[in-house]
Amino acid sequence: MSVVDSSRRIGALVLRHLYLFRKSWPRVISLAYYPTVTLIMWAFVTVYLTPSNSMLRDAPGMFIGAVLLWDILFRGQLGVSLSFFEEMYSRNLGNLFVSPLRPWELIVGQLVMSVIRTLIGVGGAALVAWLMFSYSIFTMGFALIAFFVNLIVLGWAIGLAVSGMVLRWGLGAEELAWAAIFMLAPVSGVYYPISVLPDWLQIVAYALPASHVFEGMREVVLQHTFSSGHMFAALGLNVIYLAAGIGVYLWAIRDARERGLLFQMGE
Amino acid sequence: MPEQSISTLSASIVSAAGDANGAIVVERLVKRYGEVEALRDVSFSVRRGATTALLGGNGAGKTTTLSILLGVLLPTAGSIRILGEDMLKHRHRVLPRMNFTSPYVDLPKRLSVRENLTVYAKLYGLRDAGARIRDLAGELTLSDFIDRGYGTLSAGQRTRVSLAKALLNRPEVLLLDEPTASLDPDVGDRMRSYLEAYQRESHCTMLLATHNMGEVERMCTDVLMLRGGTIVDRGAPSELIARYGRANMEQVFLDVARKRDDGDEDEDEGG
Repeated sequence: MSVVDSSRRIGALVLRHLYLFRKSWPRVISLAYYPTVTLIMWAFVTVYLTPSNSMLRDAPGMFIGAVLLWDILFRGQLGVSLSFFEEMYSRNLGNLFVSPLRPWELIVGQLVMSVIRTLIGVGGAALVAWLMFSYSIFTMGFALIAFFVNLIVLGWAIGLAVSGMVLRWGLGAEELAWAAIFMLAPVSGVYYPISVLPDWLQIVAYALPASHVFEGMREVVLQHTFSSGHMFAALGLNVIYLAAGIGVYLWAIRDARERGLLFQMGE
Repeated sequence: MPEQSISTLSASIVSAAGDANGAIVVERLVKRYGEVEALRDVSFSVRRGATTALLGGNGAGKTTTLSILLGVLLPTAGSIRILGEDMLKHRHRVLPRMNFTSPYVDLPKRLSVRENLTVYAKLYGLRDAGARIRDLAGELTLSDFIDRGYGTLSAGQRTRVSLAKALLNRPEVLLLDEPTASLDPDVGDRMRSYLEAYQRESHCTMLLATHNMGEVERMCTDVLMLRGGTIVDRGAPSELIARYGRANMEQVFLDVARKRDDGDEDEDEGG
């Protein structure tokens, strides 16, 4: 096995999904549609509240930034899960697993597709934010790279775990793909600081990489400082979460091989 | 065939599995799902360049055996060597040299036939993907619908596409699960001729699970007969037909599937 062979196989997986995108423009548009609509709604809420709230007057882009960052996490996770579901819907898993494709190459292929889907989805919304509300997400500067990496990695971890659970329990568990991220939203401090949560819930919140990212984002927007402490905490937690996500996924593949599920999975 | 003979036969099959030159060597394969034993002490060897049929009724263990050979199902016990490689430890060394087709596994429906074959050509590391796809499209008569969505094809057309996918990498070992299912007699005959020609040219080893006994008599040099998760008989089609005193493999199959081990009894039920 060589890196070139692996790259070619990963490229083949990505090509398979790009063929699908090329055939289905509504699918591509829908990637940007939901984040854009959410962004517009929150942007108008911000416009409405700004005159009566001194904090928002200082940081009119805080909610818009939060919406865009949240969507990196959401699209990152969906990108991983949906790429896997596509193979299940089309009953293609059997062919993939008897090909020379290795499980880690399948994972990398899903991650690449996650990045592509996220850039399309969040990129579209970011463009609308700039055109309609004169807000550029790039005003966060280099911190944006740290936020992006930490959020998409958490999305990958959750997406892989969800893919593993759907492989284990079938497409009936597909709802997890949509619900998993939303369970994190209330404790991630997307739109409010973690300090407003009850003490016990703050402990839960700080065990999530996303909470550190959103706390960090507020520091950048409101105080114009970058908290390396929050970023290192997020990074450390992400290592654990990603290892757990990969572990669940590989366990599910192994379990599917034990139980003979790979030829049976499909709609 | 009396039960005592079957025991003797099992021993000879185990012995046959010891053939280190076999393209596929399976020894003492067992697969249990909880209390259910899907395969029981299955051993066999398939000679390089031979076309061997895996026969048995529904639930006999054919698909379980093929799935284990492909590495998508893990056995409870036993060993498998394909082209000299231990499939349980190093399956990714040998997977590029083998392939598989089954009507029960699909390709992405919204991709065209050409796109599907291109993706799999890249997965198998083909450097001449375009040329290989053109050749296969011509030989398997896919050209008329090669740019149509796979999901819009008839069952017979899909079967041909699936066969093209299985031949993309010019496999040395080809596992075929009902390769001519859904094909009309004319196209089915052409596909069998194509597979025979491919086998002659490439000396590919084929293991074929099918319910088409005409296909077995025509294509296969050897037959493994499964029942209840164990091999109950094996031999060339002509040997089996003679041993059971029947006119064709269909009658032999019915004898084995209906547990009539003594070929002399109840002739009329042979079908």
